[in-house]
Amino acid sequence: MLAVVNDDDRVFRALADPTRRFLLDQLFERDGRTLSELESELEMTRFGVMKHLRLLEDAGLVVTRRNGREKLHFLNPVPIRLIHDRWIDKYTERRVSALLELKEELEA
Amino acid sequence: MTMTEVKTTQVYEVYIKASAQKVWDAITDPDWTQKYAYQGRQEFDLRPGGSFKAFSTDEMRSLGTPEVIVDGEVIEADPPRKLVQTWHAYFSEETIAEPPTRLTYEIAEAPSGFTRLTVVHELEGAPVHAQIVASQWAENQGGGWSWILSDLKSFLETGKTLSS
Repeated sequence: MLAVVNDDDRVFRALADPTRRFLLDQLFERDGRTLSELESELEMTRFGVMKHLRLLEDAGLVVTRRNGREKLHFLNPVPIRLIHDRWIDKYTERRVSALLELKEELEA
Repeated sequence: MTMTEVKTTQVYEVYIKASAQKVWDAITDPDWTQKYAYQGRQEFDLRPGGSFKAFSTDEMRSLGTPEVIVDGEVIEADPPRKLVQTWHAYFSEETIAEPPTRLTYEIAEAPSGFTRLTVVHELEGAPVHAQIVASQWAENQGGGWSWILSDLKSFLETGKTLSS
C-alpha cells in the first residue's frame, strides 16, 4: 500500500477530474476543512464527495488529521512538487539553485 | 500574487524509501542537515526544553543573514518517531516580530521499506512565517516545506539533492 501511494500515476489520475481539482482549490483557499464544509461547496451527494476525497487521499494530495471529533482535510502539495522537481524541471532545464532563490527572497 | 486566506495549520506528507532512523537523523543530526535543502547546520538538544538552532550557511551570511536564522525549543523528542518543537525565524523584521510557531515531525515506518514523514506546522498569529513555509513569500515561490521534503526524499533515496 505505502509503496504505491507515491506513484505519479495516482497523482495524475487524481488531478484528471474537475471535481477533484475544485476540491484542491477549495483547500488551497482555506485548509483544514471538514467533509461537511467541502460538501456544501458542491452539487453532489455526500457519498460522491467522499469518493473523490478518497482518491485524493490515495494520491497523497489530501491528508486528514483528527481534531477532537472532527476529521479535517488538508491539501498536501508535496506530490505535486515531486512531479515538478522530477519531470517539469527536467524538461524546462530551469536549474535555479536553492541559494539563488534565497538570495532573491532576501533581496525582494 | 494573490494572497488567499492565511492558513494557520499546514500539513505536509511525503513517503521516503529509507528507514525511520535515517529520516530522523536527516532532520536532527547537524552533519546530515548540511547535506540537503538549505544546507544549514541545525542543532537540537533533544529533550523537553532543549534548544534548537538553525545556522546560516556562509553564503547566506554573505547576503546579510544573522548567524542563527531559526531558533526554538524542543517540546517532545521521541526518536525516531516524533519531534515537537517551536520554530521562530529570523528572516526579516516581520518574522522576528511574530510569535514562535509550533512544528511537529511524525515519522512512521511501514513494512514495505517506506517511511511516511508528516510535517505539521501550526502558525497561529504568524502569517509571514506561514507564507514563507508555504513557498508563497517571494514571487518565484521558492523554498518552503514542499521543496525541503522533496529535496530530503531525493537525498535519502539517491544520495543526491535536486540542485546537485
